[in-house]
Amino acid sequence: MDTEVRQITSDACRAFANDGTRLLDILHEIQRRLGHVPPDAIEAIADCTSLAPVRVQQTLAFYAFFSDRPLGKVVIRLCDDVVDRMWGYDAVRAAFEKALGIPMGGTTPDGMIGLQRTPCIGMSDQSPAALVGTTVFTRLTPESAERIVAGLRAGCQPAELIEKCGDGNNAHTLVRAMVRNNIRQPGAVLLTEGERGAAIANALAMSPAEVIRTVKNARLRGCGGAGFPTGMKWEFARSARGPRKLIFCNADEGEPGTFKDRVLLTEHPNRVFAGMTIAGYAVGAAEGILYLRAEYAYLRPFLEDILARRRADGLLGNAIRGKHSFGFDIRIQLGAGSYVCGAELALLRSCEGGPGEPMTRPPFPVQSGYLGCPSVVNNVETLALVTKILESGAPAFSELGEEGCSGTKLLSLSGDCTRPGVYEVPLGTPLRDVLDMCGGGDARSVLVGGASGRFVGPALFDRLISFDDLSTGGAIIVFGPQRSVPEIVELYSHFFAEESCGYCAPCRIGTVLLRERLGRIVRGTGEPADLEYLEELGDTMKATSRCGLGQAAPNALLSSLKNFRPAYEELVRSDPDGFKRAFDLDKAVTQAGEIAARLSIRGQEVAL
Amino acid sequence: MSKPKVATCSLAGCFGCHMSFLDIDERILQLVELVDFGPSPINDLKHFTDRCRVGLVEGGCANAENVRVLREFRTHCDILVSMGYCATSGGIPAMRNLVSMEECLREAYMEGPSVHNPTGRVPGDLELPLLLDKVRPCHEVVKIDYHLPGCPPSADAIWAALCALVSDAPIELPYQLIKYD
Repeated sequence: MDTEVRQITSDACRAFANDGTRLLDILHEIQRRLGHVPPDAIEAIADCTSLAPVRVQQTLAFYAFFSDRPLGKVVIRLCDDVVDRMWGYDAVRAAFEKALGIPMGGTTPDGMIGLQRTPCIGMSDQSPAALVGTTVFTRLTPESAERIVAGLRAGCQPAELIEKCGDGNNAHTLVRAMVRNNIRQPGAVLLTEGERGAAIANALAMSPAEVIRTVKNARLRGCGGAGFPTGMKWEFARSARGPRKLIFCNADEGEPGTFKDRVLLTEHPNRVFAGMTIAGYAVGAAEGILYLRAEYAYLRPFLEDILARRRADGLLGNAIRGKHSFGFDIRIQLGAGSYVCGAELALLRSCEGGPGEPMTRPPFPVQSGYLGCPSVVNNVETLALVTKILESGAPAFSELGEEGCSGTKLLSLSGDCTRPGVYEVPLGTPLRDVLDMCGGGDARSVLVGGASGRFVGPALFDRLISFDDLSTGGAIIVFGPQRSVPEIVELYSHFFAEESCGYCAPCRIGTVLLRERLGRIVRGTGEPADLEYLEELGDTMKATSRCGLGQAAPNALLSSLKNFRPAYEELVRSDPDGFKRAFDLDKAVTQAGEIAARLSIRGQEVAL
Repeated sequence: MSKPKVATCSLAGCFGCHMSFLDIDERILQLVELVDFGPSPINDLKHFTDRCRVGLVEGGCANAENVRVLREFRTHCDILVSMGYCATSGGIPAMRNLVSMEECLREAYMEGPSVHNPTGRVPGDLELPLLLDKVRPCHEVVKIDYHLPGCPPSADAIWAALCALVSDAPIELPYQLIKYD
């Protein structure tokens, strides 16, 4: 075995106390030093951590940001999401391919630069975007793509190629990103200033049960999409048995079209960490883990610095605010490029160092989650709201919603609108008002909830953004009259087929069948019966998939088949002879004809 | 009144479904009373002379000839039934979908342990139908009206389905007839 590989591997393992549950960190560290994780390293990791080599292999293979072969000293990951496609992905991709002289997925012959595509990196309001190493580049054009390649070729670090930093903390010395916050409408709660430490002081003045009651009285519900009442979740975890409990902050914001958590982490990280601390106090947990998606790794030094300051100021660590009975600390767990890890059960599995395959419920994580310990998983926004509720009281929060809803919601607006960005609106706001706010008045279709959300047309624009009506984890993608709904749904079907973890059959097979059949329709070889087939398949996936990914993957399809049926019907027709239009005999026999040195043209064969 | 006509064919299958069909034993006498036969391996007729009420298709599509026959069946039959696992899902022949066409033909015609082929080439005679890139179940090539599962479907299942289809009666296949584990 290569001694350098062995040395680097054992250093990496030792840095994490040879702890197999820190496998993601170990792999990140090896990859940082070697550019990939070679096969030799797998054996060495297994030796150091006492994991079976196949477990290491499994985790390595699962995550898109790990590679077992060299992809290049610097890897350009071009974001290939529907919104990027709307704003020039194809031209930017072509420019990168031309400047690098390699196709997408390739590596330059000198091994210096790799080009990969990646699903939504949380920059839909400033697309097309790419990660170069961990550095984010936004609003790409063919020209800027050429400049980036020229800069890398000249030996610059990706960060040195940023011409102008974004607003707010994006310009912070520890961030220095060209990302823009695009906070278009600061609302009453989240995007306002607050006093650091006030919420924790208020919480610690109450008993844990009173804190839970306050959150319940505020009628706070989970902002990640599912809308589970937060207070109830905490109460379950509080009453669960176990000496060790944990609070997880889900910052694996992978839903295509969502980016509000990125803005919260950039501008209000203290509020998020305070929320975790308060949750820890309420539940009786001493540990918190922020699961940060790898796409947001550029925020990590900044967030680590915030954590260090909070420790120094007595807001984290032992005896918080002098209260000797309460200690709490937070560490950051970096993800590695997996959408499904945004599902709480997959997230916990990932934190344990495994592939992000969701575990079976029950038991629920509040009873038995991370390493069997009671675990609370809350979204970034939910935890930030907790801080505001403890700061200004439950009534002030619950009064904010409209139409019987409680509080506000952050929305990530993108697509065909003149002012894409983050909006804080009271829950219960009609979709139409939101579209007016963002300059999306021309919208013909809107995807509420991102790729796994629902497609609605103008007839439903008066419906309300709320948990009980148009529910969304935050993403709202606007499509103008020039966009084809079936084509958009087909593009997203690729995303789900690629991101399915493969554990359960309905999702693993269903997402592929769905992509295949939608492909027929947008290529013009679909038949009316295909629409019924898709409906049946979608219903089956929803009913039988193991986790939210497979259950939600058909949402955009099913809702668009309902609300935009004519758009599909226009594309399909049946064959009068009963022959399947998607089957092309000439194409199917081409290869065999070539091998046998024969040519078949429309069934008429000639010898070559 | 003339009797309804039935046609059958075996595409990429093993003829097992047809053997199972013949297992109707003495009911073959009833069958003669009930239907006339169009093209079928049973009477060795190769071409349709007029429309048939029911076409029973055994096997999936592995080559261009299978496609031609299947399309001819679709054109001439009112009701087309995929009979057996190969027709409904590709079956055993579809296992070649896991191997590349090149590897498949190389093994069959050049490198297989029992192959004697001094030319070292894949046969290119125009009489040989070209292979499709992938073996397909019948419903990927033409519209199929009914699927009769089984490998093979039992004689009782085929009999029950056929009797119902030629007499326009509802098809009743008790669980025991389509249970295979």
